Amino acid sequence: MLDQDAIDALKDLGEHISASRADAVKSFHINMDELVVMAERDHIVGLLRFLREDPQCDFETLVDICGVDYPERAERFEVVYHLLSMHLNHRVRVRVSTDEDTAVPSACAVWPAANWFEREAFDMYGIQFADHPDLRRILTDYGFEGYPLRKDFPLTGNYEVRYDDLEKKVVYEPVQLVQEFRNFDFLSPWEGMTSQIPGQIPGDEKATES
Amino acid sequence: MADTAHISEMEDRKFTLNFGPQHPAAHGVLRMILDLDGEIVTRVDPHIGLLHRGTEKLIEYKTYLQGMPYFDRLDYCAPMNQEHAWCLAIEKLLGIEPPRRGSLIRVLYSELGRIMSHLLNIGSQVLDVGALTPITWAFEEREKLCVFYERASGSRMHAAFFRPGGVHQDLPQALLDDISEWCEQFPGKLDQLEGLVTENRIFKQRNVDIGIVDEKTIMDWGFSGVMVRGSGYAWDLRRAQPYECYSELDFKIPVGKNGDNYDRYVCRMEEMRESTKIMQQCIDIMNREGPGPVLLKGSKVSPPRRAEMKNSMEALIHHFKLYTEGFHVPEGECYAAIEAPKGEFGVYLVSDGTNRPYRAKIRAPGYPHLQAMDHLCRGYMLADVSAILGSLDIVFGEIDR
Repeated sequence: MLDQDAIDALKDLGEHISASRADAVKSFHINMDELVVMAERDHIVGLLRFLREDPQCDFETLVDICGVDYPERAERFEVVYHLLSMHLNHRVRVRVSTDEDTAVPSACAVWPAANWFEREAFDMYGIQFADHPDLRRILTDYGFEGYPLRKDFPLTGNYEVRYDDLEKKVVYEPVQLVQEFRNFDFLSPWEGMTSQIPGQIPGDEKATES
Repeated sequence: MADTAHISEMEDRKFTLNFGPQHPAAHGVLRMILDLDGEIVTRVDPHIGLLHRGTEKLIEYKTYLQGMPYFDRLDYCAPMNQEHAWCLAIEKLLGIEPPRRGSLIRVLYSELGRIMSHLLNIGSQVLDVGALTPITWAFEEREKLCVFYERASGSRMHAAFFRPGGVHQDLPQALLDDISEWCEQFPGKLDQLEGLVTENRIFKQRNVDIGIVDEKTIMDWGFSGVMVRGSGYAWDLRRAQPYECYSELDFKIPVGKNGDNYDRYVCRMEEMRESTKIMQQCIDIMNREGPGPVLLKGSKVSPPRRAEMKNSMEALIHHFKLYTEGFHVPEGECYAAIEAPKGEFGVYLVSDGTNRPYRAKIRAPGYPHLQAMDHLCRGYMLADVSAILGSLDIVFGEIDR
């Protein structure tokens, strides 16, 4: 838990960022002692470069880039950047949203380390990155189809692989399960775990439905 | 050779070499395409993902508690350190903190894991450059640590010992005494190991001034952990952004000077000594403060104790609900990072308020380190590739996830 001074410092930093790059920053907030900046997709590279070079921000290290999938939203993907300043010892999270077809400008020019992180986001979600030097798949199999971390991709995948002793080679076959994947509906309408969390939790509405 | 005689000498020297995925110096399943000019490396293209198991996808379909054992299987050299990051992320969202003794046990086993990881790395790094004995010496000590893992959790490797809100079981006093005894003798064993390696001429020739990491490289490529400290920057999350009870423990942060393979080796050696000190401090504090709860009591995230379940219907229901439905985590997102043996290991956790994580992104330290292979190896000789790879300290469990 951060003390009040540290949270105020984060707030000041957030205001500094949004004031300096008003074109790129939609909003910012402090969540769980972390500074979160919601950014404009088209200006993301300028914002990241500012965050790296501005002496008050000095976020010289790119910690992580990852995708998140929210299929119900109009722009279903979010790209989340985590930055760290070792000199000033603070962190920031930058979030932009995009969809399947719209490319996010690549951060490779700001940090070469963005290369693999963006390749991973492309591999897992199919998020496109504009001006990326080498946007290949990275973690999945050679010749893999689909984007495994999307919410609509089945957990079991579509193909399974085995060595065929007759053909003397590895063969790909559609997944055939003896038993369906058991996905339980745990969002029970029973009272039980609710005392931990104030307010309504997902699944509570089922109690009143029928 | 006769029909290639017309090719000029320059072109003749260029060729492409496939390294791995089944190479003992690849530390797992790494395939690298090396472009060479004679013996000089001109380009490295690592192909990863041969150990990809879809951990992040699997975690999305499990409860928070069921997701925890997947973390043992990431960096399997130091399993409990990964569990720690996962537990910290959940605790941050839930707004809970482990009890004092639980926290001390976590730190004790995190440092134990750090030594396990460093012993394995140093042993194999030295093996990569040709010394066959040190790894057997390192594994002798590592084996004892595995036994301590087993005595705490029942498993030598995939412990599944940490829980959101503490650790699963308390440690018996005999185990604490044995760990304490081990800590006494371990620095002596390190001295022996150093006697073999540190001043060894061949080891120095293979490692000094190889794979130099400067400040720009650190910043550009997102380095963390020993890769930063080896270059003289005292950056350690245990000190800079203390979690658990690190802020009250007394330890030093060893830093290198030149940022080459050799300095990273020396850093790891010194870190093991510091970790031993931390472990001793934890045991001393635990002995001084006496027994106490190790897991958050009376909370929905921890199971009721057996004895209680024999008498209380509510406790029995709670137990059943906890291990079927699991606990719900309030909606929100957070990032929790720990100083793993290999660098900053982070978990970005997005919760939608249900009993399963909506998204769990695992930030493995080895991922950006391996990415920089091309940058680090360019201009070095082919034989240096395996030396640099060894000093990066990569494990494919966490890189491929």
